Amino acid sequence: MELYRKPAHELSKLLAKKEISARELTGQVLEQIELKDKELGAFITVTAEKALETAREVDEKRAKGEELPLLAGIPLALKDNICTKGLRTTCASKMLENYQPPYSATVVEKLSQLPLVGKTNLDEFAMGASTETSFFKPTRNPWDRERVAGGSSGGSAAAVAAGEAVVALGTDTGGSIRQPAAFCGVVGLKPTYGRVSRYGAVAFASSMDQIGPITRSVEDAALMLQEIAGEDPRDAASSREPVADYTSGLKQGVAGMKIGIPKEYLALDLDPSVRQRFDEACKALEDAGASCIEVSLPHTEYAAAVYYIVACGEASSNLARFDGVRFGYRAPDSPDTTTMYSNTRGEGFGFEVKKRILLGTFALSSGQYDLYYSKAQKVRRLVADDFKNAFTKCDCLLAPTTTMLPFKIGEIESLSGQYELDLCTIPANLAGLPALSVPVGLSQGLPVGVQLVGKHFDEETILKVGWALEQCFGPMEVK
Amino acid sequence: MDYEVVIGLEVHVELKTKAKIFCSCSTAFGGEPNSHVCPFCLGLPGALPVLNKKAVELATRAALALGCTVHKTSTFHRKNYFYPDLPAAYQISQYDKPLATGGKITLSNGKTIGITRVHMEAEAGKSLHQGDDILAAEYSLEDFNRSGIGLIEIVSEPDIRSPEEAKEYLEQLKAILQYAEVSDCKMEEGSLRCDANISLRKRGSKELGTKTELKNLNSFRAVERALEYEVQRQSEVLKSGGEVVQETRTWDEARGITSPMRSKEEAEDYRYFPEPDLMPLELEEGWIEEIRSQLPELPRDRALRFQEEYGLNEYDSGLMVSTKEMADFYEATVKLFPEPKEVANWLMVEVQRLLRSSEQEIQESKLLPENLAQLLKLVKDGTISGSVAKTVLEESFATGEEPKKIVEAKGLSQISDEGQLREIVASVVEANPKSVADYKTGKGKALGFLVGQVMKQTRGMANPQLTNKILKEYLEQQ
Repeated sequence: MELYRKPAHELSKLLAKKEISARELTGQVLEQIELKDKELGAFITVTAEKALETAREVDEKRAKGEELPLLAGIPLALKDNICTKGLRTTCASKMLENYQPPYSATVVEKLSQLPLVGKTNLDEFAMGASTETSFFKPTRNPWDRERVAGGSSGGSAAAVAAGEAVVALGTDTGGSIRQPAAFCGVVGLKPTYGRVSRYGAVAFASSMDQIGPITRSVEDAALMLQEIAGEDPRDAASSREPVADYTSGLKQGVAGMKIGIPKEYLALDLDPSVRQRFDEACKALEDAGASCIEVSLPHTEYAAAVYYIVACGEASSNLARFDGVRFGYRAPDSPDTTTMYSNTRGEGFGFEVKKRILLGTFALSSGQYDLYYSKAQKVRRLVADDFKNAFTKCDCLLAPTTTMLPFKIGEIESLSGQYELDLCTIPANLAGLPALSVPVGLSQGLPVGVQLVGKHFDEETILKVGWALEQCFGPMEVK
Repeated sequence: MDYEVVIGLEVHVELKTKAKIFCSCSTAFGGEPNSHVCPFCLGLPGALPVLNKKAVELATRAALALGCTVHKTSTFHRKNYFYPDLPAAYQISQYDKPLATGGKITLSNGKTIGITRVHMEAEAGKSLHQGDDILAAEYSLEDFNRSGIGLIEIVSEPDIRSPEEAKEYLEQLKAILQYAEVSDCKMEEGSLRCDANISLRKRGSKELGTKTELKNLNSFRAVERALEYEVQRQSEVLKSGGEVVQETRTWDEARGITSPMRSKEEAEDYRYFPEPDLMPLELEEGWIEEIRSQLPELPRDRALRFQEEYGLNEYDSGLMVSTKEMADFYEATVKLFPEPKEVANWLMVEVQRLLRSSEQEIQESKLLPENLAQLLKLVKDGTISGSVAKTVLEESFATGEEPKKIVEAKGLSQISDEGQLREIVASVVEANPKSVADYKTGKGKALGFLVGQVMKQTRGMANPQLTNKILKEYLEQQ
């Protein structure tokens, strides 16, 4: 039986019934990594032994009748900007090539019963939308290996799409879970800001970073969110809002629901095949009993500018700690501290990261702060208000996840070109809203995704609508 | 040309919490380097700050004790700069919405010095330069035990008009913070630090002159001396027609001068922005009032009460309340020996001398209020003389022993037995016929000499009044 092709919700039942063992399942997934990953480049570090050990422990516990979390034994991949105690966490940067954190992220502790098969590739420090800025290698799209997997959680998305993991975690600051999920034909959920603890996720833009699942089905995403959601005393931004039951209402259908279609997203320069798939998704929901209504998010056009100022500003501060003093890369033979700083950061960071640090430093500097950072925060509030207004008319929003199909590696090099990749995903981060990307089939042999954006802490609704879409378009095959 | 001195002080004080302000590491002073650290206070990637409620409580208490308005909402900002002892390369501080604003300190001359603001922030670690100084050091070691200890920064208005006022402001500030049990305020351990801004202007002018900022001020005396030096230096610059350069200057204790550290042009751009990892700090009115109601009597109020209740003058009351422990000691002693002026005198002179020579604070010494009271009773009822009392005090101070027991053990009781004294007087008179003759011829000094001889024979234990009386009678009879 090709277990690695199955979604987690099916596998967890088979495991619970002891029809399969976690060790067997993990073995198969590791085999896929062995077979495919040289070419795909989804992983920076593969932890086969550790994964098998966890699997064996889970099997033993199950044999003894111990109570286990629902997803115990399901092979997991973690984006390599999530700290794992004693296991190197590189952020795909030379700066942290050999960095071993002395502690694990809260989400890692919560998922300790899931065999960890490895740490996945990303754009360096999660800055990018193609996983091409990784210090180590680009990640290739399992559907077409000449093309990118998207980013920055490209490694996690590609791994799940290729059966190199059953579930994975990514981080999403401006679309880094949803966009690669769409490119790789898998499900990606960015929870509400504050729903999942950020403790142990290496910060890029603290006010927007959020950890979320990348899975092969909507139900899997709901199960994963159930495991990782909740208040964490170690993250002051994590919310006390009670955690909902994400699976109980999942299959209730969408009859009577109002789905808002933001007209500004459709006015973007959408690839015709993306637009076609999007329209089909709308129709599918209407056929299922929902009504799609047009709504307006008038400040959408400013979202990207606001995002890059805020995200780069915060990043310039967050990444200042990589100074060669206490950990990570240190440039050799510096005559004094200042030179050591310059050389360490000059050599340790890649081009994209340095560009964003410079941009952010400028936006925060005296004389520029009011013109850029402060102004961006004000416009950010307007973007958030747009959503609030829209939600008075509808239950959730439906929009394309990306404007285009996965592009070829090296195809989009220009700065502004790459920055346009996040246009559809950025606004949800600015407003802190939950958003789910669901595959809606193929176009020219490449996956297309659509995105559902929900109200704060209303992941239930977007999961429910996402599940309904999945019923129409079917889960994608494992490549 | 007559110049007016304008001084403002920025004081940093470490909060006396058990745990650091944004993590649960210990704040204990003097541990093995890098033994009180965690991912957060080491600035490791992914770690996040969690605000220590106790730190907020202490900071609020300090702000209220300084008469500030504590704001219901305040926010944290990041102050960004690179330095090896600043692990995340930013300090979490407060910027445009500080915890509290608008307080004051009243000096002994009745003048008030405004307090602009009190805000919370986190300490940096400590660099240990391996060499004679930072420039000659071959390498530096970093200790992050201090990193993340909670601080409050107290910024004064430029209301201070002389180095002496600056020193008194600091003394009062320290006393208030100690009374409020906010901080140990130990300059030698770095739990209180002070930077000073100083400028001169023509007397009568409303505009501020160009200021310099003085750093490396390691004692209140250093603050005063550095300011005195800077008044001199700036007035010389201005008198010779020059202009004061806006810059940061460092105090050289050994040479007694300030010298330039960095100019305004070299000043850092800290790129302050709101700390996204911490929510705004919201305080409830009721909670603030609860903290206010728990404030102890503060030094200024206590000094006024001492003047009223115990009849102390301004100066003595000021000394008695200089630390909370001294004031508590004083009141405890007065309760047992209700002669407030006498108690104050002993504390100010004899006890103070012993404290100075042993480099102790009153609470560190073994002297107890009940023992001081007992000692003063022994003097009062004539059991011992004042001079013997000083010896007994020294011993009680060193050992904590009861004065009564010391007196007994050493046989230090005064000789007040008339018969015994008469015998001694007789023998002294007999042995000193010349002095007796002098006395007869009216030389007053002779009596003193003879009393001294009695004291010598009795090792100071003869009751002086009685000795005087008997000696006079004896001499008259001769």
